[in-house]
Amino acid sequence: MEELIKTVNLGHSYVGPDGEIVTALKDITLTIHSGEFVAIIGTNGSGKSTLAKHFNGLLQPTAGQCLVNGHPTDSETYLWQIRQTVGMVFQNPDNQLVAAVVEEDVAFGPENLGVEPSEIVRRVDEALQLVDMTEYRLHPPHRLSGGQKQRIAIAGMLAMRPKCLVLDEPTAMLDPVGRKEVLKTVQNLNEKGMTIVYITHAMEEAVYAHRVVVVNQGSLALQGTPVEVFSQVERLKTLGLDVPVAADVAWRLREKGLSLPDTIITNKELAEALCP
Amino acid sequence: MSIVFTDVNYVYMAGTPFEQTALKNINLEIKQGEFVGIIGHTGSGKSTLVQHMNGILKPSQGTVSVEGIDLNAKGMPARNARRKVGMVFQYPEHQLFEETIYEDIAFGPRNLGLSSEEVERRVTSALQFVGLDREAFGKRSPFQLSGGQMRRVAIAGVIALEPEYLILDEPSAGLDPRGREEILEQILELHKTTETTVILVSHSMEEVAKLADRLIVMNDGMIGLDGPPQEVFRHGREKLAVAGVDVPSVCTLLAELSERGLTVEGMPLTPEAATDAILAARGRKR
Repeated sequence: MEELIKTVNLGHSYVGPDGEIVTALKDITLTIHSGEFVAIIGTNGSGKSTLAKHFNGLLQPTAGQCLVNGHPTDSETYLWQIRQTVGMVFQNPDNQLVAAVVEEDVAFGPENLGVEPSEIVRRVDEALQLVDMTEYRLHPPHRLSGGQKQRIAIAGMLAMRPKCLVLDEPTAMLDPVGRKEVLKTVQNLNEKGMTIVYITHAMEEAVYAHRVVVVNQGSLALQGTPVEVFSQVERLKTLGLDVPVAADVAWRLREKGLSLPDTIITNKELAEALCP
Repeated sequence: MSIVFTDVNYVYMAGTPFEQTALKNINLEIKQGEFVGIIGHTGSGKSTLVQHMNGILKPSQGTVSVEGIDLNAKGMPARNARRKVGMVFQYPEHQLFEETIYEDIAFGPRNLGLSSEEVERRVTSALQFVGLDREAFGKRSPFQLSGGQMRRVAIAGVIALEPEYLILDEPSAGLDPRGREEILEQILELHKTTETTVILVSHSMEEVAKLADRLIVMNDGMIGLDGPPQEVFRHGREKLAVAGVDVPSVCTLLAELSERGLTVEGMPLTPEAATDAILAARGRKR
């Protein structure tokens, strides 16, 4: 697979409120390939959002490098190209909507790129279709539900035709229905070839990724397939993270002497193991 | 002693094209000393409901009373009644405004006209309660804290008012698992030690199930279900699905086991309890 985003010994530090040097990230070497769905998990303050902001040059490394399509993010020459390659979606949908009508909001990005009007119309149509919001194209965004607003924010990114979407806790402010909508949308996009970097606290969402990356105190603590990561129940708990409930119960049952495979992370797998 | 809703209706933007009935004919009593969880999807009316409990919203019809006094009456008795109910809004850290953490927490008690010694005592105990050291944090700016710490300062600001009824609107939203657990443990501790009535609004069945001894499920502006969590989860699966809220993931897991022929007794709500129940059920099966 083609390397889309690559960090090499990436570090990020800044001067804190009392003049001290704060190290938010250290020595991160990570590759994200085209078409992958990578979940990044970690506690508040672990550095996962800081890491994500390097992926499209919102932040620049203070040590090491971050490359997008082989271009360093700290070079002005490639910055615009990088920002068009990697789109960001943030936690709070209300902070990301700019227009009074859904279709105008989605058109905002391509307009700023100087795209031809007829092409903009085509892209808006396509983007709204991809997030299943076509019927709301003339609605005012502030009257939509949280999940719908977040899908509009995603559509706004899609209209810029990025290769990769970085979503920073896109479901944290949504209710269960909204969460499902957004996760489904992201999965659909990934199936159509979009590279996804998905930052989340919700382990039951991370289970759907191809690869899970755990960040702890600014460093990579753990990475692997969801099974490889979530089967390490004790390790994750010491890092202050949850595990999916099935993995948790399976681990507890094993502790009590039941023989169960240590690859169980979904309800279905646990049910099959307990009732063969 | 209780908060009582009598035939309460509430209409947003009445008389405009956007008119929307947010509460429909609510009758409800929350007794002193209860720990009540309120759950429902976005737009179900749960925030509207709690904002009636200290007079922030006024019913379009019906009355809300605290300890027998109509909150929307005029004069001192109603004002005092409203002050018995403290409210922590969603994302309360957005409401921090003072230069130091001490001053921010002291703002409420000072507005109650308390003496400076009493203000001092309340700020100190509120800080202690949310697990922040007065010496280390009192003089710092609230804006240099992490998200979880800012949240705790904001909650301390309401606790310093020493309300008899404490309403928290999604106090754990946006925090990581450890931060969530800390805040919820502190709330439970407050409930136990001071017998403060707690009304906790949440999206998360997990946390409500663990803490509350009564669960109210809001759906479409009405009370869909009301009872102890175990009862609600046992008998209300379909209604919960209609209301768009999830049962705790432990319940989903046990339902899946049950479908495959392993039914556990009781209604465990935590992974610990579920593990024991599964072991017991397997023991019986043999």
